[in-house]
Amino acid sequence: MLSVRVIPSLLLKGQGFVKGKKFKDHRYIGDPINTIRIFNDKQADELVVFDINATINKTGPNFDLLKEFANEAFMPLSYGGGLNSLSQIEKLFTIGFEKVVLNTCAIENPNFIKEAVYIAGSSSIVVSIDVRKNFFGRYDLYSHSGTKKHTVNVFDFAKLAEDLGAGELIVCNIDKEGMRSGYDLDLLRKMTENLSIPVVANGGAGSFSDFNVAVNLGGVSAVAAGSIFVYHGKLDGVLIQYPDYEELVKIF
Amino acid sequence: MVVIIDYGIGNTGSIIKMSERLGFEAVLSKDPVLIADASHIILPGVGSFDNAILKLHNTGLVPLLTTLATKEDRPFLGICLGMQLLFNGSEEGIESGLGWIDGHVIKFSTEELNNHKIPHMGWNQVLPENNSNLFRGSNKAYRFYFTHSYHATNVAVDHVIGRTPYGNNFISAVQRRNIYGVQFHPEKSHNFGLDLLRNFLII
Repeated sequence: MLSVRVIPSLLLKGQGFVKGKKFKDHRYIGDPINTIRIFNDKQADELVVFDINATINKTGPNFDLLKEFANEAFMPLSYGGGLNSLSQIEKLFTIGFEKVVLNTCAIENPNFIKEAVYIAGSSSIVVSIDVRKNFFGRYDLYSHSGTKKHTVNVFDFAKLAEDLGAGELIVCNIDKEGMRSGYDLDLLRKMTENLSIPVVANGGAGSFSDFNVAVNLGGVSAVAAGSIFVYHGKLDGVLIQYPDYEELVKIF
Repeated sequence: MVVIIDYGIGNTGSIIKMSERLGFEAVLSKDPVLIADASHIILPGVGSFDNAILKLHNTGLVPLLTTLATKEDRPFLGICLGMQLLFNGSEEGIESGLGWIDGHVIKFSTEELNNHKIPHMGWNQVLPENNSNLFRGSNKAYRFYFTHSYHATNVAVDHVIGRTPYGNNFISAVQRRNIYGVQFHPEKSHNFGLDLLRNFLII
């Protein structure tokens, strides 16, 4: 049976879902509750929701809205965006989320990963790693929805997150995001070669064959994608879609 | 009335929602009066073993739950960490478990796993054993969502009702009379979870 997870990645901005390119130019996709309901009906493996302004605006998670999401989903839900306290994390679990995704807080205070793992268990703590390739061809680590650059080595940070107990990493090349030209395989391969926890590919999928390649050449355990599940046709009309189980099996 | 034990741990929202979807009234509670009258009891759980068992003891409910489960045959379902708490103890911590089913909890080891990663995260099969009524029904291709680094071991053959291939075939579901434990999350497993939860709630 298929063990690779295929995960729609949904970006929350205010009260609506959006989709962008390279973490910019976000376009409204639709009502989030309805979107989640559709993915639930299509039996999506799991969903990840990122509130893209929560860290920048210093707001925490919108618990009321997130609770409504959880009410619609009988598959695992992950949430990331503006998380910086253990009580937020505990509350997310209570309202129905399985996993929380840490980005900015994990970079600025890596020990927070360890604290979160202590109360929640490794399997519930995901660290999200957003990078860009710089002029010299090396990767830079970013926080704050891709707006703040850090000097720490990306792969050292990934290993640190693993050592501190993170259960999985979701890894994204910002410049590939929304471009539908494929994932950054170099990045994925370097990550999976050095880590023993699962890595989820994010950012760049344009077709189902990108999923296959990410797993077989990149070594990832799961693939996340946005555009491919919300856009359809030459003119990028919005259509929420997700392959059924038989189609998923064929991809890999 | 289905009671989900409120001890400050676990994804309780989804269990309630799923129970309601199946037509059962479900409530999150730590009220002993309500629990004593429950038709079915569910123990969720997420996080680390010691943290969970200590929090459970702190509610003062353990003696009541032990009586209901082991002496009064009340249907009882432990989910994920909730299943692990049913055993004698875990490698993850130093505290004792409830000890209602003989067995122990250990971490997946890299030797047994070949190339698989820890935690075990994602959808996987459950191969039913011993014809438990938890898996009754026409659905042979069971798959459920798992998210854990530790699993049960040293459980009597008669008490094993499901195994899952991950490295070796580890024990993913147990039953001793009216006490059930599942390592996976039925409340996060779409229709497979609905079917299993329905089977439990009609006991």
